Amino acid sequence: MYAFEYQRAGSVAEAASLLAKNPEAKLLAGGQTFIPTLKARLAQPSHVVDIGRLKELAGIEVKGNVVSIGAMTRHAEVAASADVKKAIPALADLAIEIGDQQVRNRGTLGGSVANNDPAADYPSAVLALGATIVTNQREIASGDFFQGMFSTALQDGEIIVRIVFPMPKRAAYSKFHHPASGYAMAGVFVADTANGVRVAVTGAGSSGVFLWKAAEAALTKTFAAASLDGIAVDEGECIADLHAGADYRAHLVGVMAKRAIKKITG
Amino acid sequence: MNKIEFTINGKKVATQVEGRTLLVNLIRDELKLTGTHVGCDTSQCGCCTIHLDGKSVKSCAMLAAQADGANIVTIEGMADGDKLHPVQQAFTECHGLQCGFCTPGMIMTAASILKDHPQPTEEQIVKGLEGNLCRCTGYINIIKSVHRAAELMKA
Repeated sequence: MYAFEYQRAGSVAEAASLLAKNPEAKLLAGGQTFIPTLKARLAQPSHVVDIGRLKELAGIEVKGNVVSIGAMTRHAEVAASADVKKAIPALADLAIEIGDQQVRNRGTLGGSVANNDPAADYPSAVLALGATIVTNQREIASGDFFQGMFSTALQDGEIIVRIVFPMPKRAAYSKFHHPASGYAMAGVFVADTANGVRVAVTGAGSSGVFLWKAAEAALTKTFAAASLDGIAVDEGECIADLHAGADYRAHLVGVMAKRAIKKITG
Repeated sequence: MNKIEFTINGKKVATQVEGRTLLVNLIRDELKLTGTHVGCDTSQCGCCTIHLDGKSVKSCAMLAAQADGANIVTIEGMADGDKLHPVQQAFTECHGLQCGFCTPGMIMTAASILKDHPQPTEEQIVKGLEGNLCRCTGYINIIKSVHRAAELMKA
C-alpha cells in the first residue's frame, strides 16, 4: 500500500471539507473493496477520509411507503433488520447474499452503490425499486445515477448520505454467485412497483447494472416466469471474462429472472 | 502517525500507527499475537478473522486506525486460561483441522455462527463459513466440529 494520511471525519460537513482541501483524497466507508484496492496499489490517494462510523450516515427508517437507509449501514444490518424484512423483504434477501459474513459486517450500502461495481448486488435493487440517492448536495434518481462500470453521477466531493427505497407491491432478487468471490455472475431484481414492473440486471452487463426493458414489457402483460420464454438479453451487451462468456451470462440472466419471478408468484 | 487505543483480549492498548498499517499487521507484528494468520492477503480466505466489537471481520481488510476505540478478540483470547473455548474443544475432538493454518479464522467465524444460530443447520454452517477457505479441503470435519461445538455450548 502506498502511504497516505488517514483522517477520521467527525461529520459529513467535515468530510466534505477534507475532500475539498485535498483533490487526491478518497472516502473510506466499510473498506471491503477500497482497502483491497489500496493493497494492490491500484489507487494512490493522498488522504483517506474515514466516514465509516458517522452516526448521521447510519440506520434504517421506515416512513409511510419508503425505507430510508443510511449510507454507512452495514450489509449485515440490512439483512437482519426486522423493518427491512417487513417492508421490502427482497432487499434483506439481497443483503444476505453479498460476499460473506465478514464482508457483510463491514461493507456498507453507500460504499457499494458509490463504487458501482458491475457485479455488485445493491445497484440492482436501487435501480429496480426506483430508489433516490440522497447526497450532501442533492437528490439523484436511480435512473440518472448509474453511468456505466464503476461510474456514477457523483461529483467530486459529493457524499451519499442515504438511499430512499419506495416499497414495491412485490419484489424478489435472484443471484448466481461466482463460487469463489461471491460476486454476481448474474443477479436479477424484479420489482412490481407503483410505476410498473421493473427488472434490473447486475453482474452481466458490460456497462454495469441495467434495466431489461423487454422483460419488463412482457411481465407487464402477464406477470409470470413463462412470459420470459423466448426473450433474452443481447449477449453483445454482456460481460465476457475468464469466468464466463457473454452467451453464458446472457442465458444466466434469463434463468435468474425466472427464479426471481417464481419467488414472487410461488 | 495516528494515535489509537483499543482493547484486545481484555487488555487495553495505546499505540501509534501509520495510516496504511493493516489491523492484522498491528496484531501480528507489534502485539506479537501471531495466532491470527495471513493466508491470501486478498480478503478471500478468512484466516485473519477476528472479532471486532463482537462481530467477525477480516483483519487484513481493515486499517489499524479504523479499530480505534474497538473491542477486539483474537484466537488467543478465546480460551479461559487452560480451558479451551467450546469451539476450540470441538475442533480438537472432531479433528476439525489438517494443516491447521486456517483454523484460527475458522474458529472465530464458527463462534460467530453459533452466536447467531445456537443450534445451526448444516446449511447455516456452510453459509456462515463461506468467507473461510481451507486449502486442505478439510471441510467435512470442520462442519462436524461446529455441530459438536453447538452441543458443547448447549450442555
